Amino acid sequence: MSRPFLSIENLTQTFPDGKGGQLTVFEKASFGIEKGEFVCILGHSGCGKSTIMNILAGLAEPSSGVVKMDGYEVSGPSLDRGVVFQNYSLLPWLSTLKNVTFGVRARYPDWPKAKVEEHARAYLAMVGLEGDTIHRKPSQLSGGMRQRVSIARAFANHPKLLLLDEPFGALDALTRGTIQDELLKIWGGTRQTVFMITHDIDEAILLADRILLMTNGPYARVAESVEITIPRPRSRTGIVEHPNYYAIRNHLVQFLGHRSKELAGRSDAPAAPPERVVIDRTAPGADPDPEAARRLRAVND
Amino acid sequence: MGPSLSVNQRAMVLSVAMLIVGLLVWEAAIPAQEAAGELTEYERLTGGGAPKAGVPPPSQVLAKAWEQLSDPFYDAGPNDKGIGIQIGYSIYRVLTGYVLAALVAIPAGFLIGMSQVAYKAFNPFIQVLRPISPLAWMPLALFVIQDSEASAIFVIFICSIWPMLINTAFGVAGVRSDWINVARTHELGSLRTAFAVILPAAAPTIITGMRISIGIAWLVIVAAEMLVGGTGIGYYVWNEWNNLDLTSVIFSILVIGVVGMLLDAAFGILQRAVAYAE
Repeated sequence: MSRPFLSIENLTQTFPDGKGGQLTVFEKASFGIEKGEFVCILGHSGCGKSTIMNILAGLAEPSSGVVKMDGYEVSGPSLDRGVVFQNYSLLPWLSTLKNVTFGVRARYPDWPKAKVEEHARAYLAMVGLEGDTIHRKPSQLSGGMRQRVSIARAFANHPKLLLLDEPFGALDALTRGTIQDELLKIWGGTRQTVFMITHDIDEAILLADRILLMTNGPYARVAESVEITIPRPRSRTGIVEHPNYYAIRNHLVQFLGHRSKELAGRSDAPAAPPERVVIDRTAPGADPDPEAARRLRAVND
Repeated sequence: MGPSLSVNQRAMVLSVAMLIVGLLVWEAAIPAQEAAGELTEYERLTGGGAPKAGVPPPSQVLAKAWEQLSDPFYDAGPNDKGIGIQIGYSIYRVLTGYVLAALVAIPAGFLIGMSQVAYKAFNPFIQVLRPISPLAWMPLALFVIQDSEASAIFVIFICSIWPMLINTAFGVAGVRSDWINVARTHELGSLRTAFAVILPAAAPTIITGMRISIGIAWLVIVAAEMLVGGTGIGYYVWNEWNNLDLTSVIFSILVIGVVGMLLDAAFGILQRAVAYAE
């Protein structure tokens, strides 16, 4: 069996619970991500999504288990794994441009100054930041613009794996939409491997090749891996027309609404990769879902 | 004064008005020296004809200031030097002690701030040493160093070190972990993290400490120079008091105030230069 590009094996995280005992946040999480894949992870607060992300970034150590990338065990942070944090994490004393060149200089220390700046400007332009804006300090930018800078900084470094920790969580719905489109555009050009945490089901369907679903903590597990059978390039308005969209969406809503609770809290669950779920209403011979047809009629009537 | 004047302009007009009124009240409050009338021989022998020492009116202080500032660097012996020379000595002592303190306090504060253990371990010592009046060190310094000049500099050193040390440690310890994580994910080494992330992040707090220190150093130098004598603005004040020249005393008090203000303003500019908004 060939190993995936990124493989997470039997990851377990426990924290002291403050009463002398141990609290297991998630247990024996195992999954893989292929090169060039865009994977989102969905789950309720407290299931350890952010902890998994920090472990992948090398900013935290798991209690047990390993993460391997390209066959090598991950230990400590690395420029090969770029991170976009939820709170942007821009350095407030540097201008927008300097925040990006900061990263580029760290990645390519041999590049001459002019090349570093040109590279940074190109990536800022890709997220729509040009002109005077790039000389402003982060405090003079809106939340959406700050997150664009953060995304440009991460992509400009060409990491092998890009980790996005709820990058749009603090943004309003309209801004969120535009930046999602920009993210899709820039990702379409680079085809980087992306692992992203989100709370937003529609966002996950729009962006991801595959969505990992986590059960509730403690003893959270990565229970399912849902493939998004909607062809690319996708657009916000286009995907809702696709026959698979509502079927996938319903599956995700049901999981988060009921089954994440039902499957939670089993410490004795065997270590198993997440169950692969493929929902495809377009495949020849796929049984039509009478339920879905009835609901659609009801809307149309 | 209508709405056409800005807040700053109105404040300036008020300041000037207060100054003029204050000076006029001061001038009017000083009783004129009574002209010496008929004096008995006894009065003449005991110096009764000489003008009595009293608080001088502002006009005399201004005349003194003009006289002193028009030739600030004359040197007519140990007890008669121009105000420029005296201030120069004081600034030299303050800056020497202060720079030495900064060279110790900022790196030490950095190391203490980076480690929670060091922070907690050093804290009790700092808390005990910090409230000691710097002049209390003077006898010990004179005995150990055996040089009054170096002792004065040591006193400046010991009084400027604490605010810088505490603020540097506090600023470094308070750098947001997000920014440290940015440095970590960009694989910056410890030295580059210190200079590219921690130093600019903590700079406003560090400069605040430096500003407090220079203020304290300038307060302390006057007292220290009164003790060690010889040169400096503090010695000048004490010397003029011994001469019963109150005009010079008042003039030098004003000079101390102006120099202190300029030192503080310089750090104010520095503080604005490193400030950032989150």
